Formats: sequence, structure tokens, C-alpha cells
Amino acid sequence: MKGTGGGVKQAFTKSHRWAMAVGASLLAGACDRAVILNPKGPIADAERGLLIDAFSVMLIVVVPVIVMALLFAWRYRASNRTARYAPTWAYSARIDAVVWLVPALIVIAVGVLVWRSTHKLDPYREIASDVPPLDIQVVAQDWKWLFIYPEQGIAVVNQMAIPSGRPISLRITSDTVMNSFYVPALAGQIYAMAGMQTRLQMLANAPGKFVGRNTQYSGGGFSDQFFEVLATSPADFDAWVAKAKQAPGKLDAAAYAKLAEKSRLVPIAYYSAVEPRLFDSIIGKYTHGPHVQAGSPPPAAPARR
Amino acid sequence: MFGKLTIEALPLYSAIAATGALVTVGGGFVVFVVVTWLKAWKYLWTEWLTSVDHKRIGVMYIVVALIMLMRGFVDAIMMRAQQAMALDNGGYLPPEHFDQIFSSHGTIMIFFMAMPFMTGLMNIAVPLQIGTRDVAFPFLNSLSLWLTSAGAALVMVSLVIGKFSTAGWTGYPPYSGIEYNPGVGVDYWIWALLISGIGSTLTGINFLVTILKRRAPGMGLMRMTPFTWTALCSSVLMAFAFPALTVACGLLALDRLLGMHFFTNELGGNMMNYPNLFWIWGHPEVYILILPAFGVFSEVVATFSKKRLFGYESLVYATAAIAILSFTVWLHHFFTMGSSANVNAFFGVTTMIIAVPTGVKVFNWLLTMYRGRITFHPSMLWTVGFIVTFVIGGMTGVLLAMPPADFLVHNTTFLVAHFHNMLIPGVLFGYFAGYMYWFPKAFGFKMNEPWGTAAFWFWITGFYLAFMPLYVLGFMGMPRRMEQYNDPTWQPWLLAATAGAVLILIGIACLVVQLAVSIRDRRKAADVTGDPYDGRTLEWATSSPPPPYNFAVLPEVRDREPLVDMKERGVAYQPPRAYEDIEMPKNSAVGVVLGGLAFVLGFGVVWQIWWLVIACGLAMWVTLALRASDDESEFVLSAAEVERIETARYRALGSRR
Repeated sequence: MKGTGGGVKQAFTKSHRWAMAVGASLLAGACDRAVILNPKGPIADAERGLLIDAFSVMLIVVVPVIVMALLFAWRYRASNRTARYAPTWAYSARIDAVVWLVPALIVIAVGVLVWRSTHKLDPYREIASDVPPLDIQVVAQDWKWLFIYPEQGIAVVNQMAIPSGRPISLRITSDTVMNSFYVPALAGQIYAMAGMQTRLQMLANAPGKFVGRNTQYSGGGFSDQFFEVLATSPADFDAWVAKAKQAPGKLDAAAYAKLAEKSRLVPIAYYSAVEPRLFDSIIGKYTHGPHVQAGSPPPAAPARR
Repeated sequence: MFGKLTIEALPLYSAIAATGALVTVGGGFVVFVVVTWLKAWKYLWTEWLTSVDHKRIGVMYIVVALIMLMRGFVDAIMMRAQQAMALDNGGYLPPEHFDQIFSSHGTIMIFFMAMPFMTGLMNIAVPLQIGTRDVAFPFLNSLSLWLTSAGAALVMVSLVIGKFSTAGWTGYPPYSGIEYNPGVGVDYWIWALLISGIGSTLTGINFLVTILKRRAPGMGLMRMTPFTWTALCSSVLMAFAFPALTVACGLLALDRLLGMHFFTNELGGNMMNYPNLFWIWGHPEVYILILPAFGVFSEVVATFSKKRLFGYESLVYATAAIAILSFTVWLHHFFTMGSSANVNAFFGVTTMIIAVPTGVKVFNWLLTMYRGRITFHPSMLWTVGFIVTFVIGGMTGVLLAMPPADFLVHNTTFLVAHFHNMLIPGVLFGYFAGYMYWFPKAFGFKMNEPWGTAAFWFWITGFYLAFMPLYVLGFMGMPRRMEQYNDPTWQPWLLAATAGAVLILIGIACLVVQLAVSIRDRRKAADVTGDPYDGRTLEWATSSPPPPYNFAVLPEVRDREPLVDMKERGVAYQPPRAYEDIEMPKNSAVGVVLGGLAFVLGFGVVWQIWWLVIACGLAMWVTLALRASDDESEFVLSAAEVERIETARYRALGSRR
């Protein structure tokens, strides 16, 4: 009996080790590929830090609960007559205080964390830096993303180039249904809504290529609505701008109207010039308020008042 | 003549859609044939469809829920199969079909599986637990059932005639507006929710009044069972939250039908008002569903630990606190909509506060098990499985409650994993526990335990395998609702999730077999005592199934666990000295007729067949007026008849002992 038991045990340990190895490699692989666990900029990094901190704090409650549930279920099974049975024991002021206060203390701790971090990581708050931020205007369309660089006077479809090390300040709107702008490697997401402007800040620590997406379901082409984020050195960024400046296409009203039509898997395209105040006019066309006058689109209506 | 309805509405455009329609129509046809073959139409009509007995209404609610569970699960496994395949290719479902499936999955599971399941359990258990003969408004109860069924039927019909919504179960405008979604899908969704939502509001009011006004003598609020407490809180939430959904859907319907602009940018409308209204209902809805499940766990854990529930008062206060706080957290569903840091942080903190009373409840269940004598009835397995799994979902919920962390994982599969991690163990496991726990009460025989145990193990392993990968995929930045994708690193996890869905499918098959085997073995498993688990509360004091009047003489309550107290005093199961006449509500066809008319009315609006809408509206008005002027809606069950029923029961009890 003992021998077989040992054999079973050995086999178990062996398969256990094997499973552990597979599990560990799978998990390690997932961690490498899990973009949220490998942030490439300070905003995403701080957001991940918060995730990990809160996760660790909550283990104080979660682990004991899981252990207690399994332990009590096993120990107090009806067939175990050696376990103490106290059918009328139903209250203890001391335990009651603990079960209210320990979760409450954890929530207070995490609550303080939340209050501070929400203000610190407000997507509207620009990243403090010696370098002035680069402004980019983002327009969600069916089913692609348009990036307008107002300073540079260029526009790009489905590619956002940014100089690494420099804060990026985005103004985001939608020329269709609700979208959500998401570059998980660099920052969390924010919604894009027609007639309104939302904001987002990000910064890439080093050059690299990242994926950006819409995460808010927007119709048939939703799955194809991704774009490339190209973080480059400042010099390469200037070269990229210069190259875009050479592009034959210009984004005037007619070209914009054509671009805004529904289309899928649109290849990256550059426009060497952009109609002035195009971004504001895209917002303006949804807000037929009293202050709309021909030729002077209203100031961008913020989603936040 | 037929509005927008043409022959084009039939799903002949795709083999898969046509199969879905065929299965739906075929299923209906099979039921029709079987009932006709059994010559059971008259029985079905007089004993069930027109019944105003809360126990039968409860059973019918659960039948609706189980049917819709199958339908919702078919949607789920189709989505899993699509995502498992669709790496760099279109899979087998085009986007315009895939998006209908995720929309109907969510809609069905929340409104037509979870809601009827919960309402069914409340109907079966609450009046018995508070020692009353029926709910406060028995006819209204029947009407609620048929309005809910009418909504469910509208969703089912959309499989056969036309298409369902593609706007997800939340239907955010402007995508759900007429400009971007001119078809009938969103209208099906709106009218299914409007009609069933009125049913749910009425249920809330009905149970609120029942629990507050109909308790047996001696049952103070603090002597109510934990399930009744959760049903009370849930009813309050239903009565106050569902009107918000009705308004949100109603305004969206006005936008779509009459060209109004509540949720579009024109004329001062604002799309952000919709998520606000929707989630002012939507978050309390989570607790509407989960509180009664918590109530079931509280009953089950005490019964099968053979012990008094630990910290009853704490549990009651925690329940009430959750109910109140549930109205203060709705904005956490859209932290990413650009609210100020103060607003986001406020709603983040209120959300976390809910974790405190929830944590208290978890500890109370654990401490009830502590020093108990635990038997592992399937209901108890669901409970332990729930506790272990639910805390993981609670933890990821707190992560999502932190706005900056939410920015990272919102709208990804992490979110999908989180809410399934709350709703499958928290809600569904609770309902399964309640279903297997109260089944002998409703039918007079016990359910097969081995098959119930098997169902539990398949469900829980299937759950972990199906949803833990979605957490990982969320960390990999995969958005929810993707019909196809181009990232090969996602596929292994999606394959694992599909395998999990297959395990859940086996779990569902086990549930079906369990029911079939239990019915086959009903004589062997018969329970003449009415108290198969040595129960602690009043529902076990009467026979199984209970007589139409529940209690021949209303019980007198002296303790929080009245049946334990009665057993200790030796007065349990004792015949009373005398019987009296009992006034009972008559069965009524009005509920089922109004439900049918509401269904046709909804169908008429969806297809804009206005003469039909007007005709149905008038017919409903006339039916209601007739019902309102019927002064003889009750009948008297004579004392002699009551005595005959009760004597038979006591004889059976006596022969047993």
C-alpha cells in the first residue's frame, strides 16, 4: 500500500512539476506580452502601479477568505466528528467589530490612494516637463483614426508619430458614434464623442512601435479600427514631419468629407496641409447652438464643464 | 398595411441565422405538439397560465429563466467559437451577426434569465417564509409574469423576423440612434426592455407591500429570514430603479420614432445623459440580482451547516447598506467619459465603500460554517464555490473602481471577466443553489444530488477556464466585442476560454439530466414531510407542495428561526384545533391576455404597424377596465375542504413517523 502511495505521490509530484513549469512559462510569456504589465511611458506606468498596489493590499482579505472557505468546509464536514460543533454560536461582538473594521480600514487606505491618484492622473492634467507638450488633435471616424498636428500643419490617418521623451497632449473628438481612444502601452483610454472634446496626456520613454485601438463598439468595422503609434527620437520625428509635408494630399473640406465616409482597414495616409481649424469645425457641426456663425466655429465644447 | 414588415425580414440571408430561426420555431412547434398530444391544453390553461398562485407563478418564472439560459448560452458559446477561430480571418460569423449575438447574450442573461430566475425564487419562497397565504396583489403578480414573458418573446421573435440590436445590452446612443441604426434591431431591444421593465417594477411594488404588510403574527422585521430581507431590499431597488430604465428606453424610443433629440447633439440633446440614466438603473440592477442570491446563500449555509446564521443583524444592516449605496456609484461605469478628477474620485470611493458590507457578508457565511456540521448538498457546493470565486471578482471590481486603473482596463476583456466573475458565482450559482434547495418545496420530491454535484463541478471549472483567460487578455489590451483580431498571442487564451465554455455546456447538460432523472425518480425521492433538510424557517413547516393557501392556520412566530423554535417547543407539525374558511383569489386569464396583447403591441411598434398598435392599446385598456370592474375576484375555500386537505397531510405525516 505504502509503495503504491509513494509511486502515486512521485507521479503526482512529477506531473505537478511539469504543470508548474508549463504554467510558469505560460504566465511569464503572458507577462511579457501583457502590454498593461509592461508600460512604456510614465502615465501607463503610474496607472499600472496603482493596479498592483491595490491588488496587493486586497490580498490581505482575499487570501484569508479563500483559505477559510476551503478549510472550514473541509474541517467541519459532517463526517468529521472530532471537529467542535456549536449549533447556537451565532454572534461575537469582537468578531463583528473585526469583520466591519478590517475591510473598512482597507477601504480607507485604498480610498486615499484613489483620491490622490485620480487627481494626479487626471487625463486633463498636462505632464510636467521642461519641454512644451506636443499638441495632437484626434478624430474618431468609421472605422479609422485621424491625427491632426496643428503646429506642423499636417494630418495622418491611422498612424500617430510622437517624439519620445516629450509630453503629448491630445484633444479628442468623434465624427461618428462614441469611440474610446486607447494606447495601452502609454496611457489609459478616454472616450471620443461627437460635438465634444476630451483630453488625454501621454509620454513615451523611448522609441518604439505600439498599438492603439478603439475599445467602444462602433459597428461593423470595429475590429479593424486600430492604428500604429510610432515613438521616435526627436530628430526622427522632425524627419517624419518633413516627409509628411511632402505628401501630395491636402486635407481640405472636400478631402475631409470623403475621408469621413465609412471605410475599413484604411492604409496609413499623410496630408501635407490641413484646413485651418478643421478640428473645431468637426466639433462645431454637431453643436448647432445659437453661437454658431458661418466661418467661426464655436469653441470646442468640452465633455467636462 | 404591414408597416416596415416585408418578406425581406425572414433570415434567409445567412445559413446560421436561418438555423437559429428554425430551431426557435421548431422548439415552439415541438412544445405545441407535445402539449396537444398529451391533451394538456386545458390543464395548462386552467392550472398554470391563468394561475395567480405565487408558487405556480414562481415555477413559471423559473421555466422562462431556464429556457432563456439555454438561448443565452448558445449565444455565448457561438461568440467563444468565433473568437477562437477569427485570428486574421473572418471566422464563421460576419460582424453584423456577431454583434447581434453579443447584444442578445447580455440582454437575455440580465433581463430574461437572471430577472425571471430571481423573481421566480422570490415568488416560491418569500410568501412561505413570512407565513402568508399569497402576495399582496396576486393578479398583479400574474401580470408581471406575462409582461416579462412578452419581453422575452419579443427577443425570441427577433431571431425569426428581422434582426436584433447590434448596440450591445447597454444600447448607448448615438450608435443606437436612428441615424446610425435605422433597422428594427434596437427597437426590438427597447420594447422588450420597456414591456418587461414594467413587469419588474410591478414585481418590486408587489413584494415590497407583501413583505411589509403580510407577515405572520409575531414576525417583526428583525425576525425575517435573510432571504426575505434581501428580497425586500431588492424590491425597493426594483421599484425605484426600474423607472429610470423605462425613462431612458422611452426617451430613446422617442428619439428613434418621433425624431426627438434627447440623446443626439441636435437641439441641445446630449448623449451623455443616456449612460447616466441607464446606469442609475444599471448599478442598482446588479444588486437587485445579487442580493436575493446572497439571501439564498445565507439560508443554505445555515441549513447545511446545521447552525444558526452567524451575525444576523450585521448581515441585515450590510444588506440594507448595500441597497442604499447601490444608488451612489453609477458613474463608475463611465469614468472614461471625461468627468473631472473630483467626480471620478468621488464615485471611485463610494464604489469601494460597498466592498465593506459585502466583505461583512462573506465573513458571516464563513463563520456560519465555522463549528458547523456541514453536509454537501449541491446547494452547499454552489455556496462554497461562490465564496471562493466571488472574492476574486470583488477584488477585480475594486481595481476597476479606481479611475486611473479603470482607464487601463475599461472596455477590455478584463471588464468582461470581472462582471462575469460577479454574476456567474454571485448571481447564477445563488439561483442554482436556491433552485435545488427549494425544488422539493415546490414539487414534493427531492432533486437528484449526484447530477447536481456534477453540474456544480463542471460549471465551476468551466467558469475558471472560461474567464481567467479573459483577465489575462485584458492585460494584453484586447477590447471586448471583437469579431476578429490580428494579434496571434491572444489566440491560445481565447482557445482556453472556449474550452471553458464547453465545460459549462456539459454543466448545463448535467442540469438537464438532473431534472429529467429527478422527475423519473420522483416517487423514490418523494418528501411527504415537507421538511427534507430539517429546515429552520417557515417554508418547511407546511407540506410540499404547499396547499393553495400555504398555511391552514397562520403560524405564530416567536423566534428568528421559527421552525427550529417550534420543533424545540414540540409544536411543529401539530394539527390545529379548528379550521376556518379561507378567502382565495380566483384564477384570471387577464394577466396572460394582457401579456399577449403587450407582445403584439411591441411587435407592432417595432415594425411600425400603427393600426395594430392602436388596436392592441385599446384592447388592453378594455381588458383592464373589465378586470377593474370585476368585484368577484375571490372565492371561499370552506373550512371543511381545508380540513380534508390537512387531514390527508397529517395522515401521511403520521404514517411516515
